[in-house]
Amino acid sequence: MEYLTVHSPILIVAVPLLAAFITPLISRIGNKFRDTVNVSLLSFVTFLIVILTIDIYANGTRVYTLGASVPELALPENYMVPVRIMFQVDGISIFMGLTTTVVALAALVYSLQFVKNETGQDRFYSLFMLLYVGMIGLEFTGDMFNLFVFLEILSIAGAGLASYRVNMADAVEGGFKYIIISAVSALFVLFAIGILYSEYNLLSIAALAHSMQFTTLDLIALALLAIAFVMKLAGVPLHMWAPDTYAVAPAGITPMIYTSSAASMYALYRVTFTLYGGHFDTTAIGWVVIILGVLSMFIGVMMAIHQTDIKRLMAYHAISQSGYMLLGVGVGLAVLTDPVALANYGRDAMNGGIFHIINNALYKGMLFLTAEAIFFRIGTRDLNKMGGLGHNMKWTTIFFIIGALAISGIPPFNGFASKLLIYESVFRFNPLLSIIAMFVSLVTLASFTKVFYSAFTGPEMPAFKEVREVPRSMLIGMGIMVACIIFFSIFPGLVVDTIVAPATDALIDQASYINGVMGAVP
Amino acid sequence: MSVLTYGYAVWSPIVWLVVLLVLAAIVLYVRSRGQKRYKKGTAQTDIFISGIQVPPAEQRHVPAHNIYWGFFEALKGFYNTMMRPHTGIINDYILWLVAVMVVTVLVLVMVI
Repeated sequence: MEYLTVHSPILIVAVPLLAAFITPLISRIGNKFRDTVNVSLLSFVTFLIVILTIDIYANGTRVYTLGASVPELALPENYMVPVRIMFQVDGISIFMGLTTTVVALAALVYSLQFVKNETGQDRFYSLFMLLYVGMIGLEFTGDMFNLFVFLEILSIAGAGLASYRVNMADAVEGGFKYIIISAVSALFVLFAIGILYSEYNLLSIAALAHSMQFTTLDLIALALLAIAFVMKLAGVPLHMWAPDTYAVAPAGITPMIYTSSAASMYALYRVTFTLYGGHFDTTAIGWVVIILGVLSMFIGVMMAIHQTDIKRLMAYHAISQSGYMLLGVGVGLAVLTDPVALANYGRDAMNGGIFHIINNALYKGMLFLTAEAIFFRIGTRDLNKMGGLGHNMKWTTIFFIIGALAISGIPPFNGFASKLLIYESVFRFNPLLSIIAMFVSLVTLASFTKVFYSAFTGPEMPAFKEVREVPRSMLIGMGIMVACIIFFSIFPGLVVDTIVAPATDALIDQASYINGVMGAVP
Repeated sequence: MSVLTYGYAVWSPIVWLVVLLVLAAIVLYVRSRGQKRYKKGTAQTDIFISGIQVPPAEQRHVPAHNIYWGFFEALKGFYNTMMRPHTGIINDYILWLVAVMVVTVLVLVMVI
């Protein structure tokens, strides 16, 4: 077990990478064999994530240096700075890893039946695993260049998967838009990394944070990094690609692409808190994040309620919910240099924002799956053409109701717990922001009431008389997420104390991250 | 484990669930005291609209684009403004990226 714990950071990346490349080969043996191998390997990775989580919460940050005689040895002999490829997994990294893995496992199980009759399944599963590798690598990496590499991996795999259903013209268009915005964002990230490397000769995040001088060039690099990640996480006004891509991606992939946006949000937090935080007044960048969050919340929800395509509606809600996360963590960032405000409400606001990441990944991911379950059975995403589906798709209806109540912040669901933390703590920072957040929740409820009424209620339509519930593996995929939602709803205290608060503390405590690599280096 | 405690308040979903269960019990009790002459599958359950012939199922369901019609009508100006930047053209999306980038660089360099 000790061996597995020590090597888990690399195994969590290497095992799905191996799965991605062996998938086309094992597909030749049989589809069932390939599916079994993929589910088994991802379950094994989930197990590794769990033991790494336990280890990190017990012993603190884990560093894994590739090529070192001992993996924990970040600095090579006679070197003052780290030069090797390195994973540095702290509270926030493992929190994101846990979120990503739960969503990936549910999405993989859901996809088994969904793509059963499609062509190119081996490529689908290869890209699926590569997308997972991109996300988890981005969350675990300890250096800026590999952050760029993993960002590229997730972007390319995501674009391939978004356009998987090439028989649908809008799928190809959605994939094309995704790769273009991802490539341009990644170029800005690379440019920023180039600026930092030319100044400091360093790529390690910890070493860069340790050496940061806050020159004008550093601030330009910060703007390049922050806005590139905001584009990837689809924050308003850089959100327009998201509905075009989310709406057309196959079932199982939409939650994954959405979770990859959450990974970009993690990258934004890592840059603003760890790379730049602690040395300068973060109020200005905090307010930039808050304004982007409020715009995302408000415009996202107002656009969502207007939609009649169920997946575009949910995509706009995804943008709106990202706003809550930006708002909560933005308030923490704005008061980062004020210890009293941070202790009074900044840390709670961050807890709320970070708790909302995992909550939203679960219920938003599940809602995307219910939308695709409807599309799978009736072949349309148009709400105007739906009605009475609750008569024949009872499980999907129940799952939808749970997801809709959770996302609308109705007690006792988990969405309420994270939103309550955000409302109350943000109110102390600026009451107007909190009022806007509550209004957005009301419109969210109205919007999902519209979906529920249009799709599930009403008389049984003659056209849908033969419609049946979706296959079992798709129900199991949704069921995994519902089980997590219910658990998180009943035990919010446990979740916040054990995984959310350590993630928040990891972001606030920049010195601990730096010391994890630089040790006693002055 | 169930109670979420933070600086100034607490949230206990278990208490909420208990209250919901008590309310559900009261509702069920009141319902059980009601009329018992209801018969499923008889004319009692047929739709009655002042004697008008009931339209077929697909015509009885209000389509999604009619829901909240008044809300959208009142906010027509807002929605027209909002729709304008959502062109669906990738070149415009990239222009937005560049514009926001420039504004952020200026804000950071001038404020900090």
